[in-house]
Amino acid sequence: MATSIKKLPDNEQVLSGNGACGGCPATMALRMVGKALGPNAIMLLTPACAVASMGMTPRLGYNWPCINITFASAGSSASGISHALEIMKEKGRLQGELPTVFSWVGDGGTYDIGFQALSAAAERNENIIHFCYNNEAYSNTGVQRSGATPRGSFTTTTPTGKSQPKKNMALLMLEHNIPYVATATVAYPGDLYDKVVKAKSMRGTKYIEILAPCYLGWQFDMAETVQLSRMAVRSGAWLLWEAENGRISFNNPTAQIISGKKAPEPVDEYLLKQGRFSHLLKGPDARERIAAIQSDIDREIAFMRERAKIVI
Amino acid sequence: MKAVTKAYRPISWPTKGSGGDTGSWRAHRPVVDHKLCTKCQFCWVYCPEAVIDRKEITIDYQYCKGCGVCAVECPTGAISMVKEED
Repeated sequence: MATSIKKLPDNEQVLSGNGACGGCPATMALRMVGKALGPNAIMLLTPACAVASMGMTPRLGYNWPCINITFASAGSSASGISHALEIMKEKGRLQGELPTVFSWVGDGGTYDIGFQALSAAAERNENIIHFCYNNEAYSNTGVQRSGATPRGSFTTTTPTGKSQPKKNMALLMLEHNIPYVATATVAYPGDLYDKVVKAKSMRGTKYIEILAPCYLGWQFDMAETVQLSRMAVRSGAWLLWEAENGRISFNNPTAQIISGKKAPEPVDEYLLKQGRFSHLLKGPDARERIAAIQSDIDREIAFMRERAKIVI
Repeated sequence: MKAVTKAYRPISWPTKGSGGDTGSWRAHRPVVDHKLCTKCQFCWVYCPEAVIDRKEITIDYQYCKGCGVCAVECPTGAISMVKEED
């Protein structure tokens, strides 16, 4: 069972009045991450919405030491800082518990531009946590296509809809043999909190990916951010799972979908709520295009169900 | 040499309101009906801005951006969005 809302701690690491859009799922998720990590942490940010949300100098919207780094270097910079902290402790210049080093990176800095450094850091099993808040496009620069954009989605660089499916980044990270990989989303804050607490207690590279429905990029009403996140999980478009030392286990409600206790909701309602898929309704082949997206989702569910059976 | 105070260093410090008084962005204001409120804290947990007080369920209107997530998520419908007058 996930931690109930009333048992979540009081500390706030995201301060009110930051520069994020109203209803931003990234700050919503970062609040929960902050509750789990506590104040003793160092945050790394690559160019993303999260950097713009920090606000204007000399004020900072996040209650951690923050370092702004280049786009491709989330993995390498975090490794360097984590090593430096260990050396400082060895030399006696740092007392007490070492701060948690974590990067807070969008899907561009994880799936595309930052992948090489992240893959190398994971292979070296550096002691870091990599968070990817996945809004399925480069939303900060005005919604361009990324490796996380699903099939059929409108972006400014795919005006008629992307023709390729997204890649399964969390599974790619699992194949690096790192101790902990998890996926989460903003609609299930207790689940997200538990996963971050678990990641914090482990040594080695940890990867947590959070689905963040961006109302600007996905084109829906900003009040429905959490609703969209919940619909993504219930329709199977986003699967909630975690893998400790390579063993995959699913979390509710995805666990019920995977075990067949509950059928996933048809994807139509989820898709048609978003403006980025509205062109799917136009033209004579509208049904087939929705069916193609549904088959991507069905394939992913079937694949993950079988993948979870491999326990070696 | 001029004494360099904390404010002049090229470092940002954690402060509320780093994006200004973000309450001025608001088009609709969330209003809590305390008679309907059961203090389930759903609004508090989903608020992206951390402006809702957990115990009293009051909203800091200086920074609330008026996204309306709290009103949609409230299970008893105790939060309603009222248009700002000005």
